[in-house]
Amino acid sequence: MKFGVLQFPGSCDEVDALEAARRVADAELIWHAERDLKGADAIIVPGGFSYGDYLRAGAIARFAPAMESVIEFAREGGVVLGICNGFQVLCEARLLPGALLPNTNLRFTCRQVELEVMNSGGTFTRTCALGERLSIPAKHSWGRWYADERTLQAMDESGQIVLRYAQGENFNGSLHDIAGVCNEAGNVFGLMPHPEHAVDKAVGGSEDGLKIFNSMKMAA
Amino acid sequence: MRARVLIRPKQGILDPQGEAVKRALPALGFSGVESVHVGRLVELDVQDAAQVQPMCEKLLANPLVEDYEVQLLDGGS
Repeated sequence: MKFGVLQFPGSCDEVDALEAARRVADAELIWHAERDLKGADAIIVPGGFSYGDYLRAGAIARFAPAMESVIEFAREGGVVLGICNGFQVLCEARLLPGALLPNTNLRFTCRQVELEVMNSGGTFTRTCALGERLSIPAKHSWGRWYADERTLQAMDESGQIVLRYAQGENFNGSLHDIAGVCNEAGNVFGLMPHPEHAVDKAVGGSEDGLKIFNSMKMAA
Repeated sequence: MRARVLIRPKQGILDPQGEAVKRALPALGFSGVESVHVGRLVELDVQDAAQVQPMCEKLLANPLVEDYEVQLLDGGS
């Protein structure tokens, strides 16, 4: 099983994502200008500041040649994970519902956050228990997830709200404490915190992030 | 043809930048400011003005969270 990790100009977490994925399977980088996904069974859109995040975070990266292939891959049911800037890119590409807005406090914040698993049956959290807490670092200034009320209700009914910030942990002002969401089909998932930074207790505060990559391996 | 696109946060969506500016103004002695919204301005010189709206929908604005207004100006380069 092989992960493909996209790399844009301005990406900065693609190597951590690559190394995290390599703890559970094979993994390879895919340059943004390439259309060939190199036979990857699952795709990771990593964190960073793709194309400088000019205009809006993720707005320009969404049109990269590699992203056109990822959009097609996702529409055919391929497993796609977006982390932080990758989440923003997937929302801009309309592969995921909603949008990411500047943190309510307008600050870049870097801290460990506690998350609660709201859906343990899906592609990305099948190795987690319902209500289980994951401890994962977050670091961003544009992480306030927002969707209109109608979208939110439909997502809630179809189990698309996968992760929430635990009580008192929602530092960015996301609607209903939502930290990670999937599409209706369940094969595309995005979250602001960084599971790829939580794969080693010595530096990531926990190994909880591995559960996401292991879940993807089982699904892909 | 010069086109000017004004992009604002949609009404009802919290605009922390606008709120921060609103809080700063009284400290400088400006009173009676009831609301402030901070957005973006994009100016383009285009050959075909009809393309500006699709540009807004596709790239310049995110219609899920932003409203935009296109102004077509005479002159430009």
